[in-house]
Amino acid sequence: MAEAAIELVGINKSFGAVRANRDIALEIPRGTIHGIIGENGAGKSTLMSILYGFYQADSGEIRVNGRTASIKTPNDAIAAGIGMVHQHFMLVENFSVLENVILGAEGEALLNKSIAKARSELRRLEQEYGLEVDPDAIIEELPVGLQQRVEILKALYRGAEILILDEPTGVLTPAEADHLFRILQQLKDQGKTVVLITHKLREIMAITDNVSVMRQGTMVATRKTSETTVEELAELMVGRRVLLRVEKGEAKPGPVKLAVKGLTVKDSRGVTMVDNVSFDIRAGEIVGIAGVAGNGQSELMEAVSGIRKAVSGTVMLDGKPIDLTGQADPGELRDRGLAHVPEDRHHVGLVLAFDESENSILGYHDKPQYLKGPFLNLDAIQKDAQEKIEKYDIRPANPRLKTANFSGGNQQKIVLAREIEQDPGVLIVGQPTRGVDVGAIEFIHKRLIAMRDQGKAVLLVSVELDEIRSLSDRILVMFAGRVVGERGPETSEGELGLLMAGVEHKEAAE
Amino acid sequence: MSTPYAKLPAWADYGLIPLINLLVAFAVAGLVVLLVGENPFRAAVILVEGAFGSGQGIAYTLFYATNFIFTGLAVAVAFHCGLFNIGGEGQAYIAGLGVAAVALTFDSTLPWWVIFPLAIIASALVGALWALIPAYLQAKRGSHIVITTIMFNFIAASVMVYMLVNVLKPVGAMAPQTRQFLEGAQLPKLGWLLTELGMKVRPSVPLNISFVLALVMAFLVWVLIWRTKLGYEIRTMGFSPKAARYAGISESRIIIVTMLISGALAGMMAINPLMGDQHNVPLDFVGGAGFVGIAVALMGRSHPAGIVPAAILFGMLYQGGAELAFEMPNISRDMIVIIQGLVILFAGALENMFRPTIQGIFATLSPKSVGVVAAKGERA
Amino acid sequence: MEFVDTLINVLNSTIRLTVPLLLACLAGLYSERSGVFDIGLEGKMLAGAFAGAAAAAVFASAWIGLLVAILVSIGMSLVHGFASITHRGNQIVSGVAINFIAAGSTVILGQAWFQQGGRTPSLPPEARFGEIKLPGADALRDVPIIGHVYSGLLSGHSLLTYLAFLAVPFTWWVLFRTRFGLRLRAVGENPAAVDTAGISVAWLRYRAIICTGVLTGLAGCYMALAQNAGFVKDMTAGRGYIALAALIFAKWKPVPAMFACLLFGFLDALSIRLQGTPLPLIGKVPVQLMQALPYVLTVILLAGFIGKAIPPRAGGVPYVKER
Repeated sequence: MAEAAIELVGINKSFGAVRANRDIALEIPRGTIHGIIGENGAGKSTLMSILYGFYQADSGEIRVNGRTASIKTPNDAIAAGIGMVHQHFMLVENFSVLENVILGAEGEALLNKSIAKARSELRRLEQEYGLEVDPDAIIEELPVGLQQRVEILKALYRGAEILILDEPTGVLTPAEADHLFRILQQLKDQGKTVVLITHKLREIMAITDNVSVMRQGTMVATRKTSETTVEELAELMVGRRVLLRVEKGEAKPGPVKLAVKGLTVKDSRGVTMVDNVSFDIRAGEIVGIAGVAGNGQSELMEAVSGIRKAVSGTVMLDGKPIDLTGQADPGELRDRGLAHVPEDRHHVGLVLAFDESENSILGYHDKPQYLKGPFLNLDAIQKDAQEKIEKYDIRPANPRLKTANFSGGNQQKIVLAREIEQDPGVLIVGQPTRGVDVGAIEFIHKRLIAMRDQGKAVLLVSVELDEIRSLSDRILVMFAGRVVGERGPETSEGELGLLMAGVEHKEAAE
Repeated sequence: MSTPYAKLPAWADYGLIPLINLLVAFAVAGLVVLLVGENPFRAAVILVEGAFGSGQGIAYTLFYATNFIFTGLAVAVAFHCGLFNIGGEGQAYIAGLGVAAVALTFDSTLPWWVIFPLAIIASALVGALWALIPAYLQAKRGSHIVITTIMFNFIAASVMVYMLVNVLKPVGAMAPQTRQFLEGAQLPKLGWLLTELGMKVRPSVPLNISFVLALVMAFLVWVLIWRTKLGYEIRTMGFSPKAARYAGISESRIIIVTMLISGALAGMMAINPLMGDQHNVPLDFVGGAGFVGIAVALMGRSHPAGIVPAAILFGMLYQGGAELAFEMPNISRDMIVIIQGLVILFAGALENMFRPTIQGIFATLSPKSVGVVAAKGERA
Repeated sequence: MEFVDTLINVLNSTIRLTVPLLLACLAGLYSERSGVFDIGLEGKMLAGAFAGAAAAAVFASAWIGLLVAILVSIGMSLVHGFASITHRGNQIVSGVAINFIAAGSTVILGQAWFQQGGRTPSLPPEARFGEIKLPGADALRDVPIIGHVYSGLLSGHSLLTYLAFLAVPFTWWVLFRTRFGLRLRAVGENPAAVDTAGISVAWLRYRAIICTGVLTGLAGCYMALAQNAGFVKDMTAGRGYIALAALIFAKWKPVPAMFACLLFGFLDALSIRLQGTPLPLIGKVPVQLMQALPYVLTVILLAGFIGKAIPPRAGGVPYVKER
């Protein structure tokens, strides 16, 4: 093996009580493309932010080219020859390409010379690596792929020998992604070291020399890419978790409750997040949507529950359409029996500064049972909250306590209790057990099954594969905004993992 | 470094930290007193005695406090929705037109107890209207409400000068103000209440029935914010616009309604000096009370139970300050403006300055109270 | 010829009334371009005016007055920075506080030190910035038009006036041609980009608000030491807010800022000149309408009816490294 460009020894990093990185060791040989793969929240980005000096490790050592490096700020990282392309671009949007490239690397107090120098340097880089971009273009007028190229140019302009890319293909079209890979290959040929952080197995297999797998803050394995398989990596990534099997009987699907047809959603930048998605959910079944975070599940959920605008398509609730213009009144949808447990309970599903009882009516606060004319019927609200607390075993059992003081599991129970107890016909649930302790997970799963058995239609979105597998009656897999397959609940993790990584999809397309 | 603020017990959060901030503000004000060559402790004694030492003083203190309760409530209601209404001054000033319209039309024919409610409605309406345009621009066109309300303060000032000089000034009069209101538009004084309590109060003292109105409004604001559906929606919007969207609360509707209420509260302030004291509409009768409302709301933590005492504190500063200016010629009423600024600085912009220190102290004295045990264990 | 004289007169007073607006407006530009909103321009100007007048009176020197004005104004800026950059406090609240502290303390200290009801003593000529006659102004006085413009309009202003107008191209140059300007503009748009480029966000913003302090100091100094002969209570009379309006009107750009200030200064000069005189065609225009016009125009602009004023994207938001 060639000499290591980067060596990490015993890196630890905690955010409050969350241990994002535990005792990480990693060696990246010079002149290679090294993949780091793992699920969302596995600690990949944190590790790279430490390497780039954006955070400091609580303990551990970083060695660059065999020498111990003290990287306390991005400046130190740049000086050590490390460059980084962030997942969210660090560009000034109304600046020109040139201005962005020289920012922080101007050299001298006046700009004219540094701009001239940058201009010729950009031309050189363009020729050397095929990184074409108009130096005078304004960033916000460039397509996303070119913006990313500017980020790469920024790093190279600073003399980076080691280039870290954090989820670089998340915002790219397949063609743009292929172009990026050719560029990375060229960088490698010129002797640069490339670190590629991703959760997409296909990318790892396509261009890396070595791959390291992270799971729950630890580094679980490093393999030569040529000596491993997609199946092995998928298993390493997901791990053999203890499956919390929930007892459930046969589903008895009834009539269609929710029909989604040709739904397409774009984000604020115009990138297509949900691409022509169609499916039905019947009464008495749970349909799970599996997928790596960021493949359009969130947008799908928000559009279906009326809080995000859709570009085209229809959603029928009990045979009647839902307003997809973004002007829908979520209150009206609740009246029609559509309940929504949002993914982000901290900012969307709950108001953390509210009392527990106040959150127990959020979204249903205009229901007559909680009101006396224009006034809140506090007695009724308290009583109602107290009942839910008992029924869902929410602790501490105090409806007057500030919601921020409840644990994650109990906060989630507050949301679930609120939505389920309204007896909706359709329940949309996003990441029901994220940040929730084991005891609460079991409780929540049982509740969802009970919903199904009462003849409700449940749409379950989760990045936890075992959750999807143990709860769903049918599983839809989303990749890059599309539903790439439908499987039964007995499908193996490996097969679903491949679908989620877009492998099957790619092969089928070819 | 970037660790979020650990939790403090509620009494420290709502009592200790604001108190420390306030003390620091007054300590710095004391330094200014020292700088102009006076004894800050003697100044404080004169101030408090001037405000509370006599029935007369108390009556004036409460008269000023009345203004500040209205404007403080106006700022606070907007704060609950996450809006900064810096335009209370202009909303109160322009509401003088509403008071003038009612008073000048009916003061010869109707008794005060009919004119008073009419004036409340008129002043609230005009104040609300003046807040409506900035609110609409914020809700529908995204114009920054801080800037537009500042601009509307100046526009209000110009409109009022124009109206008083060219429209409302009686023919032949010199001063740019309306004619004197007749008895029907003069509010009953409340000095007798203090006399009943055995204090000496001259009948001319301006404390009047709008003080009661202010207290009623404080109560109603409390009801509104914590006991009504609308208040629930306002607070949801203030804490988390995303949660409000999820809950089906219309952002633009809440912004506009909140600002109308805020403007109405500021507008009602006009009644106190105009119908309770001056008995006409002169130039510049608001005299900065709209801005004092910012300090009062920040100090009172946007809760009526905090706003009323904070307003009385500022009433004390205004009244006691007058006495102080008499005793210590170097200290004019402008001292209050400094204190006001310092309170806004320390209770507002720097409210979290002492938090880490206090958390540190709490953590050392009683680690359990701030829940740092787990965090320490992690670091080891 | 009478019309030309009148016009020259109005334009001359336009220039005089524009200078404090322009300096304050450019001051705000540095701060807001760096992402720190500043509604405390008024207070810093006032403090600068008082400090300048007080120091000039005590030391009988305009230059010492200037220096002290700038230092005090920078001091006020640093308070704003301490609250809004270091402690991530609310920038609006902090700006309001500074306006009040300045309004109160100038009067209290003035009364205590000079015993003239909050005024500072009237300044002798050597403690003021006098009028500078441009070369050849006398000789050209009688040449029609050109002479009028040169000697009546361009000549005869104080040093600070020329400085204020020179500050416009200078600011443009700093902003668009220097490293500092590039970083300043960047930090107001995307502080995370600046941070990852290895530049300290806080130190950059502190430097920006120090520039603000220098310019508001100059603005205050102009009012107390050039336009007037000393400090009077509340002498800035809302100019800090008009400057803020001009800054929005100019969409945070230096050269348009100058034109916006000239427009607002012209409206002010006109309203003084017109006091009751009817205009041809329009008739009598109320003075108050002219006075309110800058604010009305700004509101209309903010509403997006005449082009959209987009503030620096990171303005008003304290920078916190995201997790």
